[in-house]
Amino acid sequence: MTLLQKILGAAAACALSAGAALANPGLVIDMGGKFDKSFNEAAWNGAERWKRETGGSYRDIEMQDEAQREQFVRRMAEAGSNPIVVLGFQNMATLEVVAPDYPETTFALIDGVVDLPNVRSIIFAEHEGSYLVGMLAALASKTGTVGFVGGMDVPLIRKFACGYAQGVKAVNPDARIIANFTGSTPAAWNDPVRGGEIAKSQISQGADVVYAAAGGTGIGVLQAAADAGVYSIGVDSNQNHLHPGSVLTSMLKRVDNATYEVFMAGPAVETGIVVMGLANGGVDYALDEHNAALISAEMQAAVDAAKAEIIAGTRMVHDYMSDDTCPALTF
Amino acid sequence: MDVAAILSILEGTIRLSTPLLLACLAGLFSERAGVFDIGLEGKMLIAAFFSAAVAALAGSAWVGLAAGVAAALVLAVIHGLASITFRGNQLIAGVAINFLAAGLTVLVAENWFRLGGRTPSLSGEARFQGLTLPLTETLAGVPLLGPFWGTVISGHALLAYLAFLAVPATWWILYRTRFGLRLRAVGENPAAVDTAGISVVALRYAAVMICGLLCGLAGVYLATALSAGFVKDMSGGRGFIALAALIFAKWRPWSAMGATLLFGFLQSVATRFPRLDLGIVVVPAQFIDALPYLLTVVILAGFVGKAIPPRAGGTAYVKEHG
Repeated sequence: MTLLQKILGAAAACALSAGAALANPGLVIDMGGKFDKSFNEAAWNGAERWKRETGGSYRDIEMQDEAQREQFVRRMAEAGSNPIVVLGFQNMATLEVVAPDYPETTFALIDGVVDLPNVRSIIFAEHEGSYLVGMLAALASKTGTVGFVGGMDVPLIRKFACGYAQGVKAVNPDARIIANFTGSTPAAWNDPVRGGEIAKSQISQGADVVYAAAGGTGIGVLQAAADAGVYSIGVDSNQNHLHPGSVLTSMLKRVDNATYEVFMAGPAVETGIVVMGLANGGVDYALDEHNAALISAEMQAAVDAAKAEIIAGTRMVHDYMSDDTCPALTF
Repeated sequence: MDVAAILSILEGTIRLSTPLLLACLAGLFSERAGVFDIGLEGKMLIAAFFSAAVAALAGSAWVGLAAGVAAALVLAVIHGLASITFRGNQLIAGVAINFLAAGLTVLVAENWFRLGGRTPSLSGEARFQGLTLPLTETLAGVPLLGPFWGTVISGHALLAYLAFLAVPATWWILYRTRFGLRLRAVGENPAAVDTAGISVVALRYAAVMICGLLCGLAGVYLATALSAGFVKDMSGGRGFIALAALIFAKWRPWSAMGATLLFGFLQSVATRFPRLDLGIVVVPAQFIDALPYLLTVVILAGFVGKAIPPRAGGTAYVKEHG
């Protein structure tokens, strides 16, 4: 071995150990952007909270199109980030390919399941949170008709719709639920005009509470409800502030907590499937100063009782994705 | 199906047809003058963004309208420069405009508002509100006509009425004015127009600018009347449906209104009935969404009449020398 090789080898060893010592967490943000006021922004907020509390630093990267998924996750792993939080069910296929190539790196996938030893799959019990807002919808409705506007017609969004319908029926078995999806392509997440039009159609059919689980399309739904003077329900982040007095509540999906926990635990974070439900604060309904006047004490008591029963396991909410059927709603 | 349901579908038809109609008339002016324009979508999108952004900042829908139309006109000038002055490929220039608008709107939105490519929600004066037409009160008691007038005809934003008034205006300009005659001639046989001593370039620029103006109004209607703010890619392919409607209408103004009303009606039905049960078959909404394109293909294939585009469409005019 020549001297040069020795030096290079030593330098490489140094670099490797330095990389391991400096392992900062990474966040891979999916399409839609960091400031989407919803899913992605929640994850970013969780990462920022970790940064504030620990004084650490992390890397983040935003996908701009489908083709970048694998490349960006690889780049993050090559740069030595560990653990790496990857957002979005679309990235299940990405991690199935990339994760085996970096066995020393721990990945955390939000909204999807990948069965690999170094992947933490975080899924949310959206049906439980949707059940609670469904109960609130039925309690607030005077017409006995409520609406649901989904984004793209995928099983995950049907899971929202199904939980919501069960919550509505639990309060009022005779209630009518009008469920529509905006479309069958990713464009369905960004069509507020179509969303507003669907909401107007549901309102003209008697719906006086409309739940939007549709990303950017939901903006149009909440607007149409506010214009018509009926209630709406937001999703993912707390959207109560968008139209105070009209947004009845929001179904919170605490992607921020999920991200924060992974960052806190570091590379040694437990892998396997983690379900974030009502019990561990993964989902909930939003109550703040913007909707305090809309939620009466009786409504809150009824919903909190149901919440306690779901946590205790005495009240079951059917998960659409478990068998692709819904007892309370036909699609 | 009751009367209320039919009325609400018809009301939705007017709302959804308006942006299609404005964009379709825009394409009609441009293509009748021999400049193909697949950049209708991009011009609508940029107008939607700038109208929403400026309306949010200024608090006035009218200032937003001016900004949106100005932005669409800038893109129209670019299209004119590329395809008239520099004799580039009109289709490629249109595609470029679509990409430019899709990227630019999100970039500027993110830089100005930090809301992930959105603008803040508009409210009050920053939005075009629905107008209640006269006679609504008087007719309210009349069966059928009263609710029809009150629900379907009355209550839309000013721009919607403007769009439908633009149809007879377009017909009059094209078929009853000297400008219209020359405009049609320049799309059929520019050499003859040139021989008569009239500038082909000036006429085509005029047509492209009218196209920009109408596309701008379509975009403004989307962002400040139909919805309350801009969301990325919110034009959602409406520029392309308008192009399909233009072919369906065989480049004629009154037929353009018929075609866009039909397509708007289909969208309205698809919105109301995600699975339309016709008794024998259940039609999914996806099929109804695809119908405008299917109908256009049928027309283009020559099964129902024949769609013949302006003869000089798609080619830049080159003056002969010596």
